[in-house]
Amino acid sequence: MQDLDSFLHGLLAESGDTPDRLLQHLIAVQKQYSHIPYDAIQVLSERLGIPPVQIYSVIEYYAFLHRNPRGKYDIRFSDNITDRMLGNRLLMQGMCKKLAVEPGIPRDDGKVTIEMTSCTGLCDQGPALLVNGIAVSKLTEMRIHKMVGLIEAGVPVGKWPGKFFIVEDNIQRRDMLLNKRLIKGSALESLLVKGADAILNDLDESGLRGRGGAGFKAGTKWRLCRDAAADEHYVVCNADEGEPGTFKDRVLLNSYADSVFEGMTLCGGIVGARKGFLYLRGEYLYLLKTLENTLQERRDANLLGNNILGQEGFDFDIEIHLGAGAYVCGEESALIESLEGKRGIPRKRPPFPVTSGYMQKPTVVNNVETLLAAARIAVYGGDWFRSAGTPESTGTKLFSISGDCERPGVYEYPFGVTIRQVLEDCGALDTQAVQLSGAAGFTIPPQEFYRQIAFEDVPSGGSLMVFNRQRDLLKMVLNFTRFFCHESCGFCTPCRIGGRLMNDLVEKVMVGYATSYDIHELKKIGRVLQKSAHCGLGTTAPNAVLDTLQKFPGTYSRRLVNKSYEPAFNLDKALEVSRQLTGRDDEEAHLRLGN
Amino acid sequence: MSTEKTFKLDGRDIPFDDGDTVMDAALRAGEYIPHLCHDPDFPPHGSCRVCVVGVNGRHTASCTLQASEGMDVDNSSEDILEERRMLLQMLFVEGNHTCPACEKSGDCKLQAVAYHAGMLSPHFTHFFPKRSIDASHPEMMFYYNRCILCGLCVRVSKYEDKKSVFAISGRGIDSRLVFNSPSGKLGDTDFSPTDQAASVCPVGAILPKYLGYETPIGQRLYDFKPISVVGDETARDIAKDKLTNGGPDE
Ligand SMILES: Cc1cc2nc3c(=O)[nH]c(=O)nc-3n(C[C@H](O)[C@H](O)[C@H](O)COP(=O)(O)O)c2cc1C
Ligand code: SF4
Ligand code: SF4
Repeated sequence: MQDLDSFLHGLLAESGDTPDRLLQHLIAVQKQYSHIPYDAIQVLSERLGIPPVQIYSVIEYYAFLHRNPRGKYDIRFSDNITDRMLGNRLLMQGMCKKLAVEPGIPRDDGKVTIEMTSCTGLCDQGPALLVNGIAVSKLTEMRIHKMVGLIEAGVPVGKWPGKFFIVEDNIQRRDMLLNKRLIKGSALESLLVKGADAILNDLDESGLRGRGGAGFKAGTKWRLCRDAAADEHYVVCNADEGEPGTFKDRVLLNSYADSVFEGMTLCGGIVGARKGFLYLRGEYLYLLKTLENTLQERRDANLLGNNILGQEGFDFDIEIHLGAGAYVCGEESALIESLEGKRGIPRKRPPFPVTSGYMQKPTVVNNVETLLAAARIAVYGGDWFRSAGTPESTGTKLFSISGDCERPGVYEYPFGVTIRQVLEDCGALDTQAVQLSGAAGFTIPPQEFYRQIAFEDVPSGGSLMVFNRQRDLLKMVLNFTRFFCHESCGFCTPCRIGGRLMNDLVEKVMVGYATSYDIHELKKIGRVLQKSAHCGLGTTAPNAVLDTLQKFPGTYSRRLVNKSYEPAFNLDKALEVSRQLTGRDDEEAHLRLGN
Repeated sequence: MSTEKTFKLDGRDIPFDDGDTVMDAALRAGEYIPHLCHDPDFPPHGSCRVCVVGVNGRHTASCTLQASEGMDVDNSSEDILEERRMLLQMLFVEGNHTCPACEKSGDCKLQAVAYHAGMLSPHFTHFFPKRSIDASHPEMMFYYNRCILCGLCVRVSKYEDKKSVFAISGRGIDSRLVFNSPSGKLGDTDFSPTDQAASVCPVGAILPKYLGYETPIGQRLYDFKPISVVGDETARDIAKDKLTNGGPDE
């Protein structure tokens, strides 16, 4: 392997030694050496001018960075509830056993590490895993068996059978966005012909709202950014797509990346930005090469770079930054922190990114789908777009559909479609519940399937997970509370601690120890999170618990120890305090009642 | 006639200047809003959420909330008080806070704010994390058990002392304070008792060595006056005083 010093010097020479490069450099070092060696921290500290302590804190923030060596084959099983429903636990246990490795701990010979990770965005073709960062879909016992053989034989991942790595688009329904192809450069030509104001008017007329969840009007956002005076402006495409059950951006980046870049460049031209970033979640590393190629094609076609399409002063280029396993980095201000090379802690808002974003400069942050739609609107007009959808939710929306249905995949629907319609189309039978908008979203019972997906009724960032009547919804809830514990950035008290308390209480319900008092506690803590957390992760983390408590009370009540309001007092459990303090756990330190 | 801008805090008019936060203006007007991660001498942070107030039915941290004309701020409804108590209880169960055995008892803001908020017990199930002590520094002690991750030492060391001795590492419930040295030990950093960061810790996490109960319990800072009356500066002075009085006995 290349010696560390020359590797780092190459890296620093090639991509710069400003502090904002830190995260990208750490990702490169991690990839090369399966960890960040102490000597690398020294060099980076000196060259980037960042105290070592801050570098440690960045490494320990991102799930995909490590200070101690990982295995040569570093494996992470995706652990969304949909992966679970497809049997990921058993597959992982089997693999651990065959390879004689404990979850999370590198094997003695340093060959392999295996552990779980948050949803990798392959819910429609799971169970899935990442091997050295690259996605493997459709896991079966057979596939695992073969992987074990390849690992023991030391075959490099690059030489594994190509079919392991096939990720299908699975587009099941197309509508106006996916049906209408965009000729490369046509949105930019439209900008040069019509001018920025006309395009902004088109966007206003189209009614396009952000597709990342919050639904802010895209035209308004671009205008606010343009009007914020500053020497630099930036455009950021949010391709963090970390919401469990969401994978439509993956498909857009795989098959429509050119349109997304076109949308970014259009935005750059309008707000006066010269630089754009695509923030790509680390889980989508396998898309990086084609994305880079698409960027190069656009540079070659003079659609990126200086004097775009011959227009003097229309300069814009795009750089791809990788994430490293942190869901909260999808939150726009945490994303900006991460782009600046730091821990992804959400900023105080206001100021909002449109006035103070990347490097404190006015910045537009938009979802992948928003940018793709904006490019089409620039060509086909606002009326075209608003011809579909509802008054408050115009146009069409992509949905990622997974779980208990015959045809999982990506579906494009006009806003206003009913949940029932979607379930019919994807072949969902005997449905008990739909989880809309991911772990942070809403749990919808059958009596509400008549409802429309739209900002006027149930809003959605585009994830829809289906659960049939055989499923235990509490498993879903527990999967989500664990997810939020794992993904909380830890900055604020309610989410860091309250999230963990809620998770522990749900676990207590699961094992049959909880009383109605605990249910009352869950509701109270949930409300504190909703009311006082610093960012959207914490305020939405209790949603699934609170929704299921309200709409599926039986899921909880049938497990309670004592259905009255009294707290159950468990003498032996009460002694746990003393056991913990004295470090004892022997027979004598336990009360065995009733035997 | 005065053209002073004001907002209402529990019905009282509070004057403010442009750029003031609700916290800034309230403290200046002598109105106490409980806070732990905030110290008015340093930029606000907004992490502990104990300063939560209600505005238009929404709850938000007052230390980062810009004051605006005519705002109606709720600092005392049962809703707000209960939320604060729960946040404090969360902080108590996250670490290991055995007050009777802590040198900071009586001078501790966490304890004092808890009294002020009427918190009677930690209520939630304790996490009892296994945390250690760092005694590597010749003059200072660090107690991981008591750190509430307020980030004050981090910010003050970085921006005031220009040293960056501390950082918060990890994430979620595994967040923890780390020190700027190859060994990870406080003793191998350039931390000094004369640093401003040495006297900002609201709890007993950063304390001078060789100092035990010089001031008897019952005669400490918050024993005489509640935290709503004692200013943050006085608290810092007491801490500084201890730092200069520390050191090995002859
Ligand atoms: C915890 C959290 C995670 C988020 N993750 C994403 C994401 O993965 N992709 C995304 O586009 N927006 C995400 N958002 C929303 C962004 O903060 C932001 O609203 C969005 O990128 C704006 O783009 P839009 O207006 O085009 O929707 C997330 C928000 C929160 C609070
Ligand atoms: S709610 Fe608080 S702890 Fe949770 S992710 Fe947001 S800032 Fe971090
Ligand atoms: S050591 Fe004290 S000042 Fe530093 S983060 Fe912990 S509680 Fe705050």
